[in-house]
Amino acid sequence: MRYLPHTRQDIEQMLAVTGHADLNQLFDIIPDSAKTKTGLNLPEALSEWDLNAEMEKLASQNAACGSYTCLMGAGSYDHHIPAIVPYLISRSEFMTAYTPYQPEVSQGTLQGIYEFQTMVTALLGMDIATASHYDGGTALAECALIALNKSKKANKIAVSSLIHPAHRQIMKTYLNPSEFEMVEIAADKNGLTDVAALKAMDDIAGVAVQSPNFFGNIEDLSSFKAVADEKKCLLITSFTEALAHGLLKSPGSFGADLVAGEGQSLGMTKSFGGPGLGLLAGTKKLMRTLPGRFVGKTTDSNGQRGYVLTLATREQHIRREKASSNICSNNGLNAMTAAVYMAAAGKNGIREIAQLNHDKAVYLKNALVGAGFSSVYSGAFFNEFILKAPAGFAAKRRELAKKHNLYAGVPLESYYPDMLDHYLFCATETVPRQAMDLLVKEVQ
Amino acid sequence: MKSIEELNFPSDVKYTDDHEWAKVEGDLVSVGISDYAQDQLGEIVFVEMPETGDTFAQGDEFGSVESVKAVSEIFLPIAGEIVEVNSELEDAPELVNTDCYDKGWLVKIKPDDLSEMDSLKDQAAYLEMLKG
Amino acid sequence: MTKPGTTGLIFNEPELWEKSREGRCGISIPRSDVPRADLDPALIDEAPELPQLSELDVVRHFTRLSQWNFCIDSGMYPLGSCTMKYNPKTNEVQAARKGFVVAHPLAGDEFSQGALKLMYELEQLLGEITGFPAVTLQPAAGAHGELAGMLMIHAWHAKQGKQRSKILIPDTAHGTNPASATLCGYKSVNIKSGPKGILDPQTVAEAMDEDTAGIMITNPNTLGLFEENIQEVCDIVHAKGGLVYGDGANMNAVMGIIKPGELGIDVLHLNLHKTFSTPHGGGGPGSGPVAVVQDLVPFLPVPRIQKENGTYSFITDCPDTIGRMHTFYGHFGVLVRAFAYILTMGGDGLTRASQLAVLNANYIKESLKTTLDLPYDRPCMHECVFTDKGVQKHHISTMDMAKRLLDYGFHPPTVYFPLVVDAAFMVEPTETESKDDIDQFIEAVKAIVKEAASNPDKLHSAPNLPKVTRLDEVGAARKPCLKG
Repeated sequence: MRYLPHTRQDIEQMLAVTGHADLNQLFDIIPDSAKTKTGLNLPEALSEWDLNAEMEKLASQNAACGSYTCLMGAGSYDHHIPAIVPYLISRSEFMTAYTPYQPEVSQGTLQGIYEFQTMVTALLGMDIATASHYDGGTALAECALIALNKSKKANKIAVSSLIHPAHRQIMKTYLNPSEFEMVEIAADKNGLTDVAALKAMDDIAGVAVQSPNFFGNIEDLSSFKAVADEKKCLLITSFTEALAHGLLKSPGSFGADLVAGEGQSLGMTKSFGGPGLGLLAGTKKLMRTLPGRFVGKTTDSNGQRGYVLTLATREQHIRREKASSNICSNNGLNAMTAAVYMAAAGKNGIREIAQLNHDKAVYLKNALVGAGFSSVYSGAFFNEFILKAPAGFAAKRRELAKKHNLYAGVPLESYYPDMLDHYLFCATETVPRQAMDLLVKEVQ
Repeated sequence: MKSIEELNFPSDVKYTDDHEWAKVEGDLVSVGISDYAQDQLGEIVFVEMPETGDTFAQGDEFGSVESVKAVSEIFLPIAGEIVEVNSELEDAPELVNTDCYDKGWLVKIKPDDLSEMDSLKDQAAYLEMLKG
Repeated sequence: MTKPGTTGLIFNEPELWEKSREGRCGISIPRSDVPRADLDPALIDEAPELPQLSELDVVRHFTRLSQWNFCIDSGMYPLGSCTMKYNPKTNEVQAARKGFVVAHPLAGDEFSQGALKLMYELEQLLGEITGFPAVTLQPAAGAHGELAGMLMIHAWHAKQGKQRSKILIPDTAHGTNPASATLCGYKSVNIKSGPKGILDPQTVAEAMDEDTAGIMITNPNTLGLFEENIQEVCDIVHAKGGLVYGDGANMNAVMGIIKPGELGIDVLHLNLHKTFSTPHGGGGPGSGPVAVVQDLVPFLPVPRIQKENGTYSFITDCPDTIGRMHTFYGHFGVLVRAFAYILTMGGDGLTRASQLAVLNANYIKESLKTTLDLPYDRPCMHECVFTDKGVQKHHISTMDMAKRLLDYGFHPPTVYFPLVVDAAFMVEPTETESKDDIDQFIEAVKAIVKEAASNPDKLHSAPNLPKVTRLDEVGAARKPCLKG
C-alpha cells in the first residue's frame, strides 16, 4: 500500500526494539473486553484507477458536471476563478502545512494571512480582521455572543429577519443553551429591515443587520447605526456576497462595531456549500474580545521583519473554560485563496467585477419582468433580487434544469412561507447574456 | 525564573496567598502583584483592568494579567470600590515586571473595611509561604 | 548523519501593497455583454484600497512565500495529537471533479444525487469505523464537532426534563473540551488522572453525581495512553444518568482495534484532517463529523440525509434537532477527500495504518527513553510524551530543543501540552513516516541533547537556518500590529 512505507524487514527490526513479537502485541495493553470483535466491514480497497472511475461516476450524478448556468445565489455564488488561484494555493507548502505555531518555518502562511487580514479590513472599512472562521453564519453567531457577553445588563439581541435564514438558524443553535435571547426585527413592505420595529425594542445588547440582505436589497445602515447609538448597543452587520463590497459603501463607513460575512465569492468554488470562508472584523476597541486567530507583525532577533500568531491568550488552549469561543482553527487555506484572489483582482479589478455583477442582475431583472414576472421590490439591490413568477413557472423551472442545465432562482417558500411563487434570482459576471435571453424566451 | 532570595518583598506592604500586595495610602489602598508573581508570569503583555466605580468583595477576581502564553486572574486583597486604575499600564504593561511595587501598581481602592488588612500576610509570613 | 535540512536560495518578498503600482491588475475582466446600470451614487464609495498588481507579481509573491514554509511534503511533523500523515494527491483530483466543485448547494436533491450519495455513504463508513449507528458531517472542524456533541448532550438532558450544571473533564483534556462545555453553560469539573496517566474509576465515581451532565473523554488520551478503564468509567457516568462525550482526535491509534461506540461512548467527534488524511492547509479548512448512539439521533443537526428506494434527499423535519451548525451541509470539499481516502485504504488498510502508527510511536519511545526523560514508561499508543527534565541542568528547555530541531530539518513535536506534564515534548510520527525517516529524527534528538551539554548556546540561538530566527512574541502581544 503506497502510503505505508514499512517493509517486512522494517517491521521486524522495529518490533525487536519495542520488544513485541508481532504488531497485535502492541495492543496488549488494551483489555480484551474493549477490543472490537467485528473488524472493519468496509468496501475492499480501490486502486487509484478504480477510485477515479468510482468518483467520476459519483460526480457525474451531480447535474453540475455538464455545462451549467447558475442563476442562484442565496449564500453560494458562481464567480470566475482565475487560473492562478488554484495553481498557487495547491502548492504543497501552503496545502500540507500545519497551523503556524512554529513561526520560524511558517512565514509563508503567516505573511499570507497577515496580508489577508489587511485586505479584509480594506474591503470592509474596519480596523481589525481575524484570520477567518468556518463560514459567514458561524462568524455571525460569534459576533452575537461578543455583543451579548459584553453587555452588563441586556441579554437580548435584535436580529433582522432578512439575514440569511441559515445564519439565523446557526445563531439560534449557538444561543440555545444560554440565557440569551434572539428577537427578530420584521421586514417592511420594501423588503428592508423595519427600523421602526427596532426602535420599539428595549434592553438589547446588539443589532444585527445583513446588507445586501437575503433578498439582495441594500439596507440603509446609517439608520441602524443611529438606533444602536441611541440604545447604547453594538451594531453588527453581515453579508453573504463579499464582492458587493467592491462597489458599495463599506460597513465600516457606517460605524459598524462588528462585521461578519461569507467570503466564498473571493476565489472559492461553490463545492456544494463548503468549505467557504467566515470573515469577521471589528473596531480596535473590540480587538481583545474577538475570537479566533490573529497574525501580528514583529521582528526576529536580527531585527528582520516576521509574523507570528498573537493575542493567543484569548484562545481556548490558554483560557480553556474561560474562553469566549472554542474555536481552534481558521479556514487557513481558504483565507490564502481569498488573499490571492484579492491580490489578483486588486482595487480596480474588484470594482469592475462588482459593477459587472450589478449590470447583469439589472439586465436579468428587467428582462424577466418584461417576460411576465412581477417586480416585488423597487429599491437598490446587488446581484440578487426577488420576483414573483407567473403561473406554471415551478414546472418550467424544473424543465430548464433538466433540459438546459439552467438553474433559475431559489424558491422562497421554504424560508418565508407566505412568499408563494416568489424566487430569489442571482446573476453574476459568469452568466452570458445568451443564457439570460434563453431563459426569457423559455418563460415567455 | 529567579529564586526566592533574588526576589524583592518590601516590608511596608501586606501580601495575599495569591501573590497580590496591598498598601495603605491615606484613605485609599493601593494594590499590585508581588515580585514573585511577575517573575513567574514572565514578560507581561497586557493587564485587564476593572472600571472606576466597580466594587468587589475580598478575594473577588477584579482583572487579569497576561503574558504571551498565560493568563493569571488577580484577586482583590480587601473589599472596596475602584477609584483609580493605572492607565500607564495600557501602553507600558512591562512596568509590572520592572517596578511591581511602585510604578507597576494596578488599582487604588476605597476600602470597605480596613481591618480586613489584618487577615493578610506580612513580609515574614509571605516569605515563609513562598519557601514552604 | 545526513541532516534532512540543508540550505538553498530563498527569496525576500515584501508585503503585497509594497509592490502595488497604480494601474496594474492581475485578473482577466470578463467582457460585458449587457448595458451598464448605475447604482444610486449615495450607495457607492471609492473602490476598496486593495493592492494593484500584475499577474506575475501575484504568482511570484505567493510562490516565494510558499518557499518559506515547512510542510508535510517536505518533511516530518511529529506533532502529538495532530496526526500529520501524508495527504494523498489523488484525493485532490477527486475533490476537483467538475461535478463536485461546481455544484450549488441549493440546486435541489434531484440534481445533487452524486453529492448526497457520497455524503450518505461517508456517514455509513464513519459509522462502521467508529461503531455508531448515525453520523452527521455538518461540523466544520473538530472544535465545531465538539460543540455539536455537547449541544446534543445538553438537548438530551433538557428533553429528560432536568438540565444539569456540570461536566467532568480530565486534566489531560485539550483546551477545546472545557471551552465547548462552557459554551453550553456547563461548569467544568477537573478530574485528576491517576499515577499511571489514565483515569481512575474511583476518582470519576467520587465526582459523578446527578447534577453532572456527563464526562468528556479522549481515548487514547493526550499522553498517548489507552484509557484502560474506559468501560468502567462509562458505566459509572451512565449509572447516574450522565452521557459520555468522546473526543476522537486520537482515532488514528485504534482503527479496527477498538470501536468507541462499543465501549459506552454516546457521542464521538472525528477530525477528518487528522485521521482521514485531508490537508491541514496551514490552519484549515478541516471537518469534524460527529457519530452518535441511537438515543441521540433525534438531536442531530439538520438537514439529515435520507435514502429511500435508491434515491437520496435532505430532510429537515426533525423536531428535536439542536438546529443548524453550518450554512449548508458542512465542508463538502473536505468530505470528498476523506471519502476517497477511506475507499483507497479499505478496512484492512486502515487497521494496518493504526498498527504502524502505534509501532512507530513505540519505536521512538524505546529509542529515546534513555536520551530524554519519559514520565510514563508504559506502552503507548500512537504518540509518546517526554519532558525536558534531563536537560534542565544545562539551562535548556523543551522550547530550545524544539527550535534546534528546526535546524536539523524536522518540525518540532507538540510542546507544552498536555499540561499535566511539565514542559511536555509530545511526539506522534504517524504511520506514513518510514523507519529511515524516524531513525533520522531519533538521531537528531540525540545529537541535540548532546549539544545541550556541550554547546547549549547552539540551542539558545536556534533556529538559525530558517528565513527568520526567534521572533519577538512579547512585542507582538504588547503592541499588536494586525494589518499593514
